[in-house]
Amino acid sequence: MQPFTTHTGVVAALDRANVDTDAIIPKQFLKRIERTGFGQFLFFDWRFLPDGADNPEFELNRPHAAGASVLLARRNFGCGSSREHAPWALADYGFRAVIAPTFADIFFNNCFQNGMVPIRLDEADVAELFSRAAAAAAKGQSYRLTVDLKACTVADDAGFQRSFSVDPFRRQCLLEGLDDIGLSLRHVDEIGAWEAAHGLPAVTG
Amino acid sequence: MSTSPRTLLDKIWDDHVVCAPAGELPLIYIDRHLVHEVTSPQAFEGLRLAKRRVRRPEATFATPDHNVPTSDRRLPIADPVSKQQIDTLRANCREFGIRLYDLGDADQGIVHVIGPELGITQPGMTIVCGDSHTATHGAMGALAFGIGTSEVEHVLATQTLRQAKPKSMEVRVNGTLPPGVTAKDIVLYLIGRLSTEGGVGYVIEYTGECIRSLGMEQRMTVCNMSIEAGARAGMIAPDAITFDYLRGRDFAPKDFDAAVARWQKLPSDPGAVYDRVEIFEAADVVPQVTWGTNPAQVTGVDAAVPDPGAFADPNDRSSAERALEYMGLSGGTRIVDIPLDRVFIGSCTNSRIEDLRAAASVVRGYRVASSVRAMVVPGSGRVKRQAEAEGLDQVFRDAGFDWREAGCSMCLGMNPDTLSPQERCASTSNRNFEGRQGKGGRTHLVSPAMAAAAAVSGHFVDIRTWTYKE
Repeated sequence: MQPFTTHTGVVAALDRANVDTDAIIPKQFLKRIERTGFGQFLFFDWRFLPDGADNPEFELNRPHAAGASVLLARRNFGCGSSREHAPWALADYGFRAVIAPTFADIFFNNCFQNGMVPIRLDEADVAELFSRAAAAAAKGQSYRLTVDLKACTVADDAGFQRSFSVDPFRRQCLLEGLDDIGLSLRHVDEIGAWEAAHGLPAVTG
Repeated sequence: MSTSPRTLLDKIWDDHVVCAPAGELPLIYIDRHLVHEVTSPQAFEGLRLAKRRVRRPEATFATPDHNVPTSDRRLPIADPVSKQQIDTLRANCREFGIRLYDLGDADQGIVHVIGPELGITQPGMTIVCGDSHTATHGAMGALAFGIGTSEVEHVLATQTLRQAKPKSMEVRVNGTLPPGVTAKDIVLYLIGRLSTEGGVGYVIEYTGECIRSLGMEQRMTVCNMSIEAGARAGMIAPDAITFDYLRGRDFAPKDFDAAVARWQKLPSDPGAVYDRVEIFEAADVVPQVTWGTNPAQVTGVDAAVPDPGAFADPNDRSSAERALEYMGLSGGTRIVDIPLDRVFIGSCTNSRIEDLRAAASVVRGYRVASSVRAMVVPGSGRVKRQAEAEGLDQVFRDAGFDWREAGCSMCLGMNPDTLSPQERCASTSNRNFEGRQGKGGRTHLVSPAMAAAAAVSGHFVDIRTWTYKE
């Protein structure tokens, strides 16, 4: 997995609550059997017009959001289906961090498996970020944020800085880009002991 | 381990902690792993790339459900990409030694229908699946939740998951179900009150007289939609109804009485403390209909579509405005005045035999309205055969419904069963998100009886006023 230490990037401000994983990646694109190549379908129904052209009204298509890698959204981001295709699509598009007041549980977990940091900030802080992004956009400029996972901070270059909390184990795995399964397999003896204590036949080979 | 009173969640959790090494999240043992074709191919590929194997293939069960056509099964699958995903599941199950209920198998069906039906899911177990509606299995008194594909791979390789212990929420429903009100109405009502994120971070245990009075299949309907309130898992303590349901099923324990003796120790102890308690009265619930684009945007059939301006919270207001625009509705329209184009009876929420019986009893002796196309998609091969043995298929066909083969079908429209843009559907499924049933499609979530009555009438009707024939 791609390690995450610190990242500075352009913000895309998606001013919606309850963005569900069906919206992030519609079902017609779940039929691939690879983990890659989903970015082209990200937010498909919002991002493209019926004739296939870019929808100029959609945040990702605005000039100031070009090359965005930090996504800003409202409450309950990633609700609905467990599809990991949602973080795959976000990561494949280029996002490294998602900032929202709250996230759905399964989506939140899935992010960590894909080198992407989901960051919970207070609703007022998120509102402040939205207004800073809007102010920059009004001047035709991109708004940039730096996410520092070592320090657990989000900051811009104009005085905004907030700390966020993240599970220490998940943080360590992201910082080092560790393979979750490899780590768990270090505990294979404990797993075997649990199975034996619960009357399951031993796993051999 | 603490000797203070414990909840059902505490007991299952304590029993499944493999280890909790310092500085790491605990490793939780997973008893049963259910697999379908959409969220598993990348997990198996990951195993292959890392030269890992499935630790305990006999704990894993697979079936194709999301992509499968519900029309004639003798015909080849028309969509080559769907076919590839189903072929991939088949090849992976063969390679890794996993039991597959394949297309054409008499017991194929929606993974959350066949798990309980075959007795694979049992009280006290931890159960996962790469699917958010895994919460369904909590109705058996299990801890069951959806996971992502990376976690699917983790479970295949280790039979464990990394998990922080979730918080517990008791959702108590007092009283008895009013006439015409079903488990679906109860859970939609609860989601409306809890909001789509009220349950985030929690496992919900449903308790109270109303919940205890529900049969197993109704309990599954309630637990199924826990995720729509944000809770990864919902559960109901096992009791005589649970044990009677399980007895004699294919994978039920051989020494069933000994198992029952174990399971009887699972319910929460008197005095056990939940992190949060929410109390509701069944008497307050009327048949529910969603009007928006998330399941918490719901109201009673006797009410009207709300005016977005009436919402105090700015997020709620803008969500409602967006939702009404998408749904082609305006505030103040009475729910019973909303006309329909399609009716879908099916999905892991409402495709079991009791659901089909409820819908058939409404339809019997009537015809589907000429403006409506309606379909019934049984949840499994077994449900379909049972319905046919009872003549329910004939009731539906006589009324003008399509009678289909088992699968997820138009709940999410990964197969050819989809809505066209702006088509309006009364659906017994679980999500009314934008585009869920087809791009531009408009979904209203209801109970099977309400869907059946809407199919006949061409618009929503209050099932409490229905005239049943015969």
